[in-house]
Amino acid sequence: MPAARSRIGHDRGKMLAMLIAPAFSLSLPTATAAMVATTSIAHLTGLDIAVIAVYFAMVIWIGYYLKNRANTSEEFFMAGREMTAWIAGLSFVSANLGSLELMGWAGSAYQYGILAAHWYWIGAIPAMLFLGIVMMPFYYVSKTHSVPGYLKLRYGQGSSTVAAVSFAFMTILMSGVNMFSMALVMKVVLGWNITFSIVVSSLAVAAYVALGGLRSAIFNEVLQFVLIWGGALLVPILGMIDAGGWMGLKTRILHDLPGQDYLHLWRGLGHFHDNPMGVHWTGIIFGLGFAISFGYWTTDFLVVQRVLAANSLRSARMAPVIGSFFKMAVPFIVILPGLLALVVLHNPNGSLMHLVGEDVVSAHPGMGLHSYNEVLPLMLVRYCGPGLLGLGITALIAGFMSGMAGNVSAFAAVWTYDIYQPMLRKNEPDEHYVTIGRWATVLGVVVSIGAAYLVMHAQGIMDYVQALFSFFIAPLLGAILMGMFWKRATKSGGFWGLLVGTVTSVGLWAWVHFYPAALRFVALSPDARDMAENMYRALWSLSITVIVTLVVSLCTSAKPDSELKGLVYGATVLPKEDPVAFYKNELFWAAIAVVVFVGLNVMFW
Amino acid sequence: MTRAREIPIWFFIGVLLSVYGVMILGYGLWELATGHLANVVLAHLHAPVWWGALMLVLGLFYLVKFRPDR
Repeated sequence: MPAARSRIGHDRGKMLAMLIAPAFSLSLPTATAAMVATTSIAHLTGLDIAVIAVYFAMVIWIGYYLKNRANTSEEFFMAGREMTAWIAGLSFVSANLGSLELMGWAGSAYQYGILAAHWYWIGAIPAMLFLGIVMMPFYYVSKTHSVPGYLKLRYGQGSSTVAAVSFAFMTILMSGVNMFSMALVMKVVLGWNITFSIVVSSLAVAAYVALGGLRSAIFNEVLQFVLIWGGALLVPILGMIDAGGWMGLKTRILHDLPGQDYLHLWRGLGHFHDNPMGVHWTGIIFGLGFAISFGYWTTDFLVVQRVLAANSLRSARMAPVIGSFFKMAVPFIVILPGLLALVVLHNPNGSLMHLVGEDVVSAHPGMGLHSYNEVLPLMLVRYCGPGLLGLGITALIAGFMSGMAGNVSAFAAVWTYDIYQPMLRKNEPDEHYVTIGRWATVLGVVVSIGAAYLVMHAQGIMDYVQALFSFFIAPLLGAILMGMFWKRATKSGGFWGLLVGTVTSVGLWAWVHFYPAALRFVALSPDARDMAENMYRALWSLSITVIVTLVVSLCTSAKPDSELKGLVYGATVLPKEDPVAFYKNELFWAAIAVVVFVGLNVMFW
Repeated sequence: MTRAREIPIWFFIGVLLSVYGVMILGYGLWELATGHLANVVLAHLHAPVWWGALMLVLGLFYLVKFRPDR
């Protein structure tokens, strides 16, 4: 195995980031690499700049056009609940499809091979379908405006406040972290000034979200989704031609990189030391496929907000199902380029290029080394000339902006509905809350910029921020599942379950952080690596949340069924939907999605 | 008072794809006509021509199908 492809580039921050939310997959060491980078990877022509400028003009036009359609709070925060299933579904996926995800996961595919696709398939599809088919009716029928809003209806203000404050704080902080990472990417790839990247992209996002609210954010996310595909799809197409098709790619990987399994999803997961990620199939299925994935896709308001904006219950159920098909296809533009890079990227002298970890790049400045995270830009530069390169870079910028717009629009809604309204100013006219929402959007962007600069000057906090975010996901899932599917769950049960589950997550993280040998207990094996730790930590905290909610609920008095209508399975009569042709039925398409999902896993077994 | 009908998002997508299609196809045709190929791998496949044309066709389809006066 070539030294440069050894595990010396293993990156704890990135592992954490990849697990807590797939969108946050590029991390701190990129910063270090960027600081030492002396030359940029790509050079834009006038045509490329024009392509980028057209994109910015378009998003501002959309925000300006929609400004008169965000006059009431329902319009500003919930897009008037008028989105079709297609728009809500594409927005649902797009809010998660940030540029950092594109670049980070392409780099992971280069490092770990097709194993990285688990985060798109088992780490997303079952949860998305569960949200659409099982959970959405309760979110939608309760007419809640947010996930903390649902907690308030089910468990009362205490649980809601804990969830709202933690979500608002972490969302805006993560937005800043991502902003900083993206600006660094622009510096590495294009040589752009960090402040310039931050200010221009932030102003554009602030303008179109503050003007048009969630509707504008959703419209732009759909636009950005199309753009991401338009800009990134050409790389795998040309790459496959370059590599001689799928068979050619497989042959060259086996020839150039013998002894490593880059092409199988499950075969190497029998033991922690059989695969480069250091994970086990139980962690992938129960930790990633359940605790983390369900936690993110069904309770993170950033993505759930898009579906709540749907124009009917059927659309709300169909949106995640539609999204699941596109999510399954994303590896084509993310994982495949990473695999292709293994065999098609060459140095100027004709030898095979070996990308390395960020720490190696940092330790050898001026040697012209490239990190795993630069896979996608390197592939773009390899195949895309003037115009197409601008389109690819625009796709990366669009991905970043859609992620940021998702963060600030979700922040504005949670701040206004779940913090400001119940705790500060209860009975104000509707226009007042719209104004607060607009200012919250601007404030969110300003705080994000502050967080970006904070991270720039104290980069060590980035790992902690990402770890903080991960603490809340699994416990929140436990509390919501118990509340939604068990009538006996009580206000005290939900509150203490959420609190103890979160403390458990923090405690396990601290235990491993300060005593690394504890990994063998948390992840059940001394061979486990960081990724496995995150999976099992989520599983432990989810289990503790469920147990505590169960025990405390049984010791306290439950609400009568009449107070649980529209909130809990068994106490809710779901509205009957008009019959439609089978091809318009969400159950039919969910079944097709399951078949495709199983087929992909079998195909790449 | 009735509110003016909203321009669908698909129309905006049509505008963007059409503009990009014209720009990229235009560059591709210039490359084809002058023989000044960009210094990229597989430049002889003239990706800007067919990718730009595809974007333009898709963009025009969306422009027509979702034009505001329909």
